[in-house]
Parts: sequence; C-alpha cells; structure tokens
Amino acid sequence: MHISEGVLSPSVLVAGAALTTAGVAVGLKRLDHEEIPSAGILSAAFFVASLVHVPAGPASVHLVMNGLLGLILGWKAFPAILVGLGLQALLFQFGGLTTLGVNTLNMALPAVICYYLFGWGAKAGTRQHVLTITAFACGSCAVLFSGVMVGFSLYLTGEAFLPAAKLVVAAHLPVMFIEGGLTAACAFFLRRVRPELLEGQYVPKSASQF
Amino acid sequence: MIGNEVATGDSLIHSLDPRVKIVAVCLFSIVVAVSHRFVVLMSAMGLGLSIILLAGVPMRQLVRRLIPVNTFILLLWIFLPFSFEGEPLFSLGPLVGVREGVLYAARISIKSNAIVVVLIALVASTSILTLGHAMHELKAPKKIVHLFFFTCRYVDVIHREYVRLANAVKVRGFRPGTNMHTYKTLAYLVGMLLVRSSDRAQRVNNAMLCRGFRGNLYSLSTFSLKAADVASLILMLALMLALGVLEWTKMA
Repeated sequence: MHISEGVLSPSVLVAGAALTTAGVAVGLKRLDHEEIPSAGILSAAFFVASLVHVPAGPASVHLVMNGLLGLILGWKAFPAILVGLGLQALLFQFGGLTTLGVNTLNMALPAVICYYLFGWGAKAGTRQHVLTITAFACGSCAVLFSGVMVGFSLYLTGEAFLPAAKLVVAAHLPVMFIEGGLTAACAFFLRRVRPELLEGQYVPKSASQF
Repeated sequence: MIGNEVATGDSLIHSLDPRVKIVAVCLFSIVVAVSHRFVVLMSAMGLGLSIILLAGVPMRQLVRRLIPVNTFILLLWIFLPFSFEGEPLFSLGPLVGVREGVLYAARISIKSNAIVVVLIALVASTSILTLGHAMHELKAPKKIVHLFFFTCRYVDVIHREYVRLANAVKVRGFRPGTNMHTYKTLAYLVGMLLVRSSDRAQRVNNAMLCRGFRGNLYSLSTFSLKAADVASLILMLALMLALGVLEWTKMA
C-alpha cells in the first residue's frame, strides 16, 4: 500500500528519505554498469507483476512480490523499487514525490531483511522443501514487515492515525499467506526452469559473467 | 498501453524547460507537505489549480488521475474525525465526530490534492522519457537515470508479454478462483514472466554491447533556458517563499 502525499509529518518524510537514500546508495554500489539493463527489465517485470490481481474470497488483492524481488536482487531491490514506485507516482499518481522515500523504504527494507534471513534457501544445492519453506517465509514476512512499517509510519505521524494504522496491518495479514504461497510456488518454478535467476546473488561476480 | 497520454499541447506549461518544471514541482510539494495553516494550503490549492488550468489538462484526465490519492484520503476520513479528543461536532451512533479530527482530515485532503494536481500538470505536459533526460541534466545519479530509462522502456513490452500469457491460460479454460490451482497457475505465470524478462534483458544487453554501449546515453534534444523559463522559476520561488513566510508567521 502506498501512502499518499500530504499525510505524513515532515519528520517521518525526512527520516524515510534519508534511510532510502542510504539504501539506494548501497544498492547502486553493488549494481555494475553491465547489470543495469537486467535490473531495469526485472524491475519492469515486478512493476507488471504488481498489476496481477489474485482472487481471495470475495475480493481480490494485487501482488506485491517484494520478497521475491529481494531474493533475486538483494540490496539492488532498493534502486529497483525506488524506480518502480517513482514510475507509479508519475504514471498513475499512486504515492507521490514527497512520500517516495518513505514508500520505498517500506517496500525495500523488508525485501533486503528477508533476503538476509531467508535468502540462503535459494542457494544452489538446497533441498526442494527447504527452498519452498524459506521462499514462503520470505514472501510472507516481506509483506508482513511492509504492512507493519506502513502502519508505523502512520502512527509516528500522529496518535490519531492508530486505528487506520491497525486496519492497514490487519489488511496485510491475509495477503501475507497468499504472497507467501505465490512466492514459494514461483521460486519452485524458477528453480526448475531458470535456477541462475534465483542464485544470481550468491554466485561470485567473476563467475557470473559469461 | 501502460503510460501517460502523449504529452502534446502548446500551452505555456508545455513549452517550459522540463528541468524548471521538475525543480518547481519538487519545491512546491515539499513546501506544501510541511505546511499546516489553512490559508497556506488554500492558496497552494489555488496556485495548483491555476497551473493545471494553464496547462490545459482535460477535465476527465484530471479527475481520473485524482482517484488513487482520494481513495487513500477516504480511508483516513473514516477514522480521523473520531480519533481526536475535543469539541464534538456530530455523532454517528456511539461514535462522536470531533472538530479537531474533521479539521485535520480536511487539511490532509487539501494538502494531498494540491500536491497531486501540480504533479499531474508536470506529467501531463512532459513525456516520461524527457523527464528522464531532465533528471540526468539535473545531475541525478547516472545509474538511477539508466535504470529509470530501462524500466520505462520495458514496462510496456513486459505488460504485453503478461497479457499474452494471461490470454494463453484463458484459452486453455483457466478460471481464477480462491483455490490452490489458481494460486499455482498465477505463480507460474509470474515466474514465466521473470524468465522471459531475464532472457530479453540478456538479448538487449548483448545488442547494446554490439553497438558500443559504454554506459552513456545521449539525448538528441538539448535543453536550453529561455527568458520564460527563468521568469517562471523566479515567480515560483517567490510564491513558495511567500507561502513559507505565511506559514512561518503563525509560529512567531
């Protein structure tokens, strides 16, 4: 969920922008010039994946997939998500310019955290069920953390936002299981079809050039 | 196609240097985002509306683009009037709407709409790739600008790929529902989208290397600051300063 312009307090906006700048700097440092086309096209793919609507009972939810993005891109998720959200703000007016920092942080930090917590499961040679379980955890935790961070950003702006913040977190709970399941199935598919895509972050730089 | 309508038009806003527009919009957004006073917010809203009138954005487009931000605002209107303590204004059953809460929600609504209106004036009058070049000219990190260009360029291509895959499963009788089969199918669809995208990325990269790509993108159009650009920038700076002073005098 993107927080709109004009809602958050200046201190929250500044803190979000500062932390995002740091994260993007780390991500860009790890992004070689040769990798820019593939990172750009993958972030376009995630942009499109976020337009996929998944039925959930009477309603439908749209995918977030920041867990999978973290699994595939690691720290590079920060610049990829920044660009994706910037584009969404420009094209559809989801989120906005002043909230770009906070929104990027809320999506990208969980991606990076989950990459460190569960990324090892995607390495070459792990067993099938280990991959499935870690990918599920990665997908669901990334969405959960994002929901909590969105709620927290609202709460930090003012106590009055507490009910809305609670609702946001509650709304993320069912999505969490769907995301986890889809991330696990997607990782399973990638392991069979294109394992290098999943393992890209774990191969030493020199060996990955072909 | 995903993306904005082609930015055609010959208004003053269309002809301004994109760099000036980006600086002006960022400045406006920041000033309005930190303001509190209704006078300031209302004048900002007025300024935003006059800019968008000047840009000649069609009414329908404007309304359509304002929908996402106002859905979020609507969510806040459900909660905010009831989560303050103070002078009661109205009551809905056990819930009491409080003056402070209503004012707070109104403030947020004006703020977000003012900012988004100005953003719409920017994107409706400038093509997205021009914005990328302007960001480059404004010394945004090169890697970010390149990433932006690639994502912009391929969002539409990959969206077509997605539509193709979605049609393929539909032709085979797939009907989405709340079940494992649906989730698995959609997960594989996303997986296939990623696989095809990474193949395409490899081909694009090879093609670019063949054409001597060394990490520089060249723009055929060059930007130049005209008198009108400088004048608009100064006017915008003055107006923002005025809003800032208006906001600050409350504190003093």
